[in-house]
Amino acid sequence: MTAIPSDSTSVVPSETDAETRKGAIARLVRDPQAVITGSILILMIIAGLLANVIAQHDPNEANLYVVNAPPGTEGYPLGADQAGRDILARLLHSINTAVVSALIGASVALVIGTAFGLVGGYFARLRSMTEWTFTLIMTFPGILLLILLMPLTGGDYRATMLIFGVLLSPGIYRIVRNMTVGVSRELYVDAAKVSGVTSSRILRRHVLSVVRGPIVIATAFLCGTAISTQAGLAFLGVGSLSIPSFGAMISEGFRNIGLAPTQYLWPALTLGVMNACIVLFGNALRDTLQGAQPKPQKISVAHLAEGFEAESGPNAAPALLSIRDLGIAYPSPSGELNEVVRGVSLDLKPGETVGLVGESGSGKTQTAFGVLGVLPNEAIVTRGSVRVDGTEILGAPESTLRKLRGDVIAYVPQEPMSNLDPVYTVGSQLVEGIRVATGVSKREAKVRALELLERVGIPDPQRTFKSYPHEISGGMAQRVLIAGAVATEPKILIADEPTTALDVTVQADILDLLRDLQQEMGMGIILVTHNFGVVADICSRICVMKEGEVVESGEAVDVFADPQHEYTSMLLNAILDEDTVRTDPPVAVGQTSGGASR
Amino acid sequence: MTTPLLEGRDLKVSYPVRGFRRKPIEIVHGVDFSVAPGETLGIVGESGSGKTTIGRAILGLALVTGGSVTFDGRDISHLGGAARRALAKDIQVVFQDPYSSLNPSLTIGATLAEPLIVQGWSKEAATKRVLELLDRVGLPKNAAARLPREFSGGQRQRVAIARALAPEPRLIVCDEPVSALDLSTQAKVMELLLDIQRDMGVAYLFVSHDLAVVRHISHRVGVVYDGEIVEQGPVREVTEQPEHPYTQRLLLAAPIADPLLQEKRRAERARLRQVQHNQDVQAGAA
Repeated sequence: MTAIPSDSTSVVPSETDAETRKGAIARLVRDPQAVITGSILILMIIAGLLANVIAQHDPNEANLYVVNAPPGTEGYPLGADQAGRDILARLLHSINTAVVSALIGASVALVIGTAFGLVGGYFARLRSMTEWTFTLIMTFPGILLLILLMPLTGGDYRATMLIFGVLLSPGIYRIVRNMTVGVSRELYVDAAKVSGVTSSRILRRHVLSVVRGPIVIATAFLCGTAISTQAGLAFLGVGSLSIPSFGAMISEGFRNIGLAPTQYLWPALTLGVMNACIVLFGNALRDTLQGAQPKPQKISVAHLAEGFEAESGPNAAPALLSIRDLGIAYPSPSGELNEVVRGVSLDLKPGETVGLVGESGSGKTQTAFGVLGVLPNEAIVTRGSVRVDGTEILGAPESTLRKLRGDVIAYVPQEPMSNLDPVYTVGSQLVEGIRVATGVSKREAKVRALELLERVGIPDPQRTFKSYPHEISGGMAQRVLIAGAVATEPKILIADEPTTALDVTVQADILDLLRDLQQEMGMGIILVTHNFGVVADICSRICVMKEGEVVESGEAVDVFADPQHEYTSMLLNAILDEDTVRTDPPVAVGQTSGGASR
Repeated sequence: MTTPLLEGRDLKVSYPVRGFRRKPIEIVHGVDFSVAPGETLGIVGESGSGKTTIGRAILGLALVTGGSVTFDGRDISHLGGAARRALAKDIQVVFQDPYSSLNPSLTIGATLAEPLIVQGWSKEAATKRVLELLDRVGLPKNAAARLPREFSGGQRQRVAIARALAPEPRLIVCDEPVSALDLSTQAKVMELLLDIQRDMGVAYLFVSHDLAVVRHISHRVGVVYDGEIVEQGPVREVTEQPEHPYTQRLLLAAPIADPLLQEKRRAERARLRQVQHNQDVQAGAA
């Protein structure tokens, strides 16, 4: 046996976990939004810390000579308020109050939420208890509770924020609990359990590393909430009057707005900028840590490469489907085109089944999607021609393709379950498809659907017609999809690994069904598969694909008996021999013995 | 045969159902099996048959509600906490999906060292052992510093095998270890598993839906259908002269990679279906 195959994935430069994290910070530093908002916040915090140095007065020092002094007064750069206190000093000290509020509120929420989230998420038995507790906390009316608890906190905003942290904790709890439930279903957690790893170590090593990102982001937003709530309470006059805070300053400025409007402006502006920066920084953080949200994959008419022209070869071939030199490429992150299908040619005649065989990444499914005209939006057709019944489909408008897909080409997918919509009954989905393709009335379509269900071997068509997809088995779902595919008696059926997700006994039945339907309707079938047994069972011709190219094609019997290309031989040799059973007896440690033999 | 290493007696396994005081659903309805030291017992069955659940019960990941599992003469069906963790050095696992069975944020080295470190190995000794393990499964030494996403499915499965080998266990539960792999990779990984067994004398409980794979690696085979082992015996007997109708159906349903032989098998299968259908009809009429 050879050592590792030296495929491209293994030569990526090594990168450790620490480097990935460093990568996240490096990306954050390159994001202008994060840099600008982050710097403003840091400057504010520094200014707050240096409050006693920058301002010349104590925030509570009242001087009756400067009552309502305008900005620019000697020693009072922002003026003084109605009690003759230095506005700049009060503003800077308010920053400190806000920062302390944020730290207390967010860290209490973080500690409680994370701890209980991990426990509730990981130990299913304790989950209902934690769930009840946190739901209860969420029902408390926050601000009201904080005001009612004034006698308890004695008006100290730090004690108030401690309680507010508890009220904020359900948000963190829910994030952590959901993610923990997800992670503890992962096989690597099972593997760790089997390895004798203790629960607390699993939580620390495996769960916390996944949960970390989202809670960092949530914490940023919690800081903002804590600051606004503290300001709000102070505005209402809840809490000690000797503590300078944005809320108290805004409240006083507001009452004095007619006399000295700027008194109101400074604290409001600072608080606004501070909160905006926190929210924007949180957003930047989310984009960096979680990556930009993936865009939904759009499926569209194939994009053609610039200067593309369908190759107009001799049109004489009577083939039902004729693919010539098809090339499909995807842009790589660096912008270059990366061809995944490289010059595939293939013909399909009525009544024959062509097997498109290859391993994962060989481009077999992309070729099939190219024929169906349902390539993802980024895909670019670089060359070649695909003629269906003589009509060139590369570059054809969507309306033409839709007509072809309804009438001439049909498709059977790999995952039957994910191709049925769980919210509609099987029957309504079939009826819909038939009506779109043929334009018959609802009643006729229903009759036709029931006929088809019976035809594809469903024992009780009436019941299946009324069932929802989750009520039928995978094999039945695949029969339903086949029924839908052949509803319009298409000339070409493209089946993409139609039996891969099914059990072998069901697979045999589905292959029998496809064979029967083919004889009845004379369809040409393109069967995409990796299973040579399936190919041997149903295909008359076969195309072996490797890295986007057809390396060998021919009559199935010939290719199996005498493969010409070494890749084909390699694949055929890799199939486990039917006649080989294991014959060497179990060995005790240290002994060695012969291998499997015939 | 020597005394069994692992033995299941009338083993029943259930899964809990959500909701207050709801009864668990029984998936495995009393199965008997045994695995001798250094032996492979193949467990073959279709989806929903309960074959994976048998493996999970042995690993302590599913709830045993009846019967027993004994390992080395000791009942392990209801072990918890420290006693279960102590068993980790004897019983290990390789899962089907090489993508979700490795933590994406831990390096291969950290993943492999974890089972050793929790057993009290020193960091240096564990690092040394990790390199030996990587070598044993045919991966380069520098793999230790890399993350799972840099490896292909087959390479990841090698890592999973290395993790299972780390504490030199006596039994590895292999849950469809090659099903998610490409054909050529599959053959190589199977060869590695056989090699390791011959070298180390480790026993396998090999769960798979693929008869060809099971035939290749097992000394004995058990066929699971609807939560019961319907047929069990030496690999040649079960796969060449199956007695149970389900085993017969299963054998004939697997297509051979040869168009001519497959045509014969198809005819055979159609004939068998007719025979079994007639038997069912008669049984119903009787």
